[in-house]
Amino acid sequence: MGKIRVMKRQEPLGWRSCLVVLGAAGVSLVLSGILLGLQDRPPLTAMVILFQGAFGSAWAIEDCLIKAVPIYLCSLGVAVAFRLQIWNIGAEGQFALGAVGATAAALYFPDLSWFLLLPGMALAAFLAGGFWGLIPALLKIHMRANEIIVTLMMNYIAILFLDYLVYGVWKDPASFGFPMTPTFSESAIVGRIGDTNLNWGLALCAVCGLLVWVFFRYTLLGYELKASGENVRAARYARLPYERLVILVMVLSGALAGWAGFIEASATLNRLQPSIMVGYGYTAIVVAWLARLNPLYIGLASFLLAGLRVGVENLQLELQVPAAFGQIMEGLILLTVLAGGFFTEYRLRLRPRP
Amino acid sequence: MTWEILISLLAATVQSGTPILYATLGEIFTERSGILNLGVEGIMLVGALAGFLGAKFTGSPILGFVLGGVFGLGLAGLHGLVCIGFNGNQVVSGLALTILGTGLANYLGTPFIGQSAPGFSPMPAPILSRIPILGEIFFHHDLLIYLSYLIPPLMWLFFRYTRWGLGLRAAGEHPEAAAAAGLNIYRFRWAGVLTGGFLAGLGGAYLSLAYTHLWTSGLTAGRGWIAVALVIFAFWHPLRAVLGAYLFGGVMAFQFRLQALGADLPSSLLLMLPYGLTIIVLVLSSWRGRGDQAPAFLGINVEPSE
Repeated sequence: MGKIRVMKRQEPLGWRSCLVVLGAAGVSLVLSGILLGLQDRPPLTAMVILFQGAFGSAWAIEDCLIKAVPIYLCSLGVAVAFRLQIWNIGAEGQFALGAVGATAAALYFPDLSWFLLLPGMALAAFLAGGFWGLIPALLKIHMRANEIIVTLMMNYIAILFLDYLVYGVWKDPASFGFPMTPTFSESAIVGRIGDTNLNWGLALCAVCGLLVWVFFRYTLLGYELKASGENVRAARYARLPYERLVILVMVLSGALAGWAGFIEASATLNRLQPSIMVGYGYTAIVVAWLARLNPLYIGLASFLLAGLRVGVENLQLELQVPAAFGQIMEGLILLTVLAGGFFTEYRLRLRPRP
Repeated sequence: MTWEILISLLAATVQSGTPILYATLGEIFTERSGILNLGVEGIMLVGALAGFLGAKFTGSPILGFVLGGVFGLGLAGLHGLVCIGFNGNQVVSGLALTILGTGLANYLGTPFIGQSAPGFSPMPAPILSRIPILGEIFFHHDLLIYLSYLIPPLMWLFFRYTRWGLGLRAAGEHPEAAAAAGLNIYRFRWAGVLTGGFLAGLGGAYLSLAYTHLWTSGLTAGRGWIAVALVIFAFWHPLRAVLGAYLFGGVMAFQFRLQALGADLPSSLLLMLPYGLTIIVLVLSSWRGRGDQAPAFLGINVEPSE
């Protein structure tokens, strides 16, 4: 019998770190397969249905791309904050506020032409989402309040506020009592790209992703931000404006999530209703971490996790598996990837006992 | 007349505060050992479902309650595995745990929504319940509430006067010194995570077995997160946790009464109360660095040594 020793790796793992992610995904699939078996569903068939539903047809891939848009914007925002080691868990609430802001513009100025109204909605969503990110930032730097808890509590408050609006003042009189606003006017709807079902939100993602990438890679502010995130104490010592950076990332983070809400309300639902809240803000955290905060990888991970959602919808249809199955898989993937990170930093060595 | 309303409101305060108290005490135990577990919300939900199903299928609420704790412990074990075993980021692991726990409870609980299970009902404590006022507020409850009165003082004694308590605190305050002194800090951190998960699971089980008496989705409604905030409010002290838990119990009881009385306020605005209060309480207890009483190595992993 030998003894296992843990050694720190001297050089980075490189491409083999992909294997760690694949291994983690494999473990999650096996575990969720077992869960399916527990409820008397055939695990292998179910996995096939999941993957076919997600990526098996042009229509499915289109659906994945549509769902990837809000996830991408939220996740990009979350990643900007995580870069500074600010744990913004509030994308869900910032998304809700963004949707509320955009809806307010759409409902109060329905007759404006689209080239005024759409930018107006975007601005309103930016301000509302950014405002929802600003509050925890101010509470953090002035009162030292933990941003994780504040952003999370603000999620609950934002969702209740959205409910309050659609059940009350904004309810469509012609909706037979359903909690929803009237359909937006034509000029308040973000259009589709060509003959596809995809909307221009996809282009917004590309632009935002590129801007964030350029910001971190080529601007002094972006560099300061990355440096502060890696070592807050050193950054303060070097007189970097840490407080202002916190405000900047939280407003930006909230605004990006707010834009996700704007696109979702305008392009996907064409109105505001409670079902707009499906947990994209939480999925965004999973995505940001899987993609190691890199804007390009975030795109890939958003697409894959959107695929998981689409696939689970198919699973729900074919095998009556509850929708929460997708959440279980998200949680498992994140946990296993976290655990797998160990093997990129350390290696195990079996040493024969002398 | 108003006096009676006040007494019954205070008694309801104790009842609504109890699940939060269990969870807060659990998180204090975990954080004192240096591990931050943000998965309390998920653990409570799984505990609530396990307690409900346990009571439903065995017919014994006590067995169900214990099962709630055991499943909470199991889920917290995943957090321990990722953070202590594999050196993973504690914040992200806790969030993943909440996502997983919420998913598990919704997935496995969907077929049982709206069903009820045998639970706990009030049993006035002998003698004590006859104390005027205090007896009515504190001793006209179910067994689990009486049990919850015992935990804070026991925990305080444990931290203060026992070797294990000292070791557990050392693992959170200064793991390297503790390790140099020959303590196995991994063992203490495991104990902290698992015990905390067990208590949070009990808190969840309290919800389904003694509070609502039935299963619905999203039963915890953020109580796990409130517990995480209350740990800061309590300055990681088990006795102060009681105060925080009952403060929130009071707000929730008050909110229910107001709704039942048909107050002319939209329910969605009324429901914001506990969440808004959490932020206020958090801000007040963190202000001017009062939250610096956190264990020095909270949330920081100890690297495996060669």
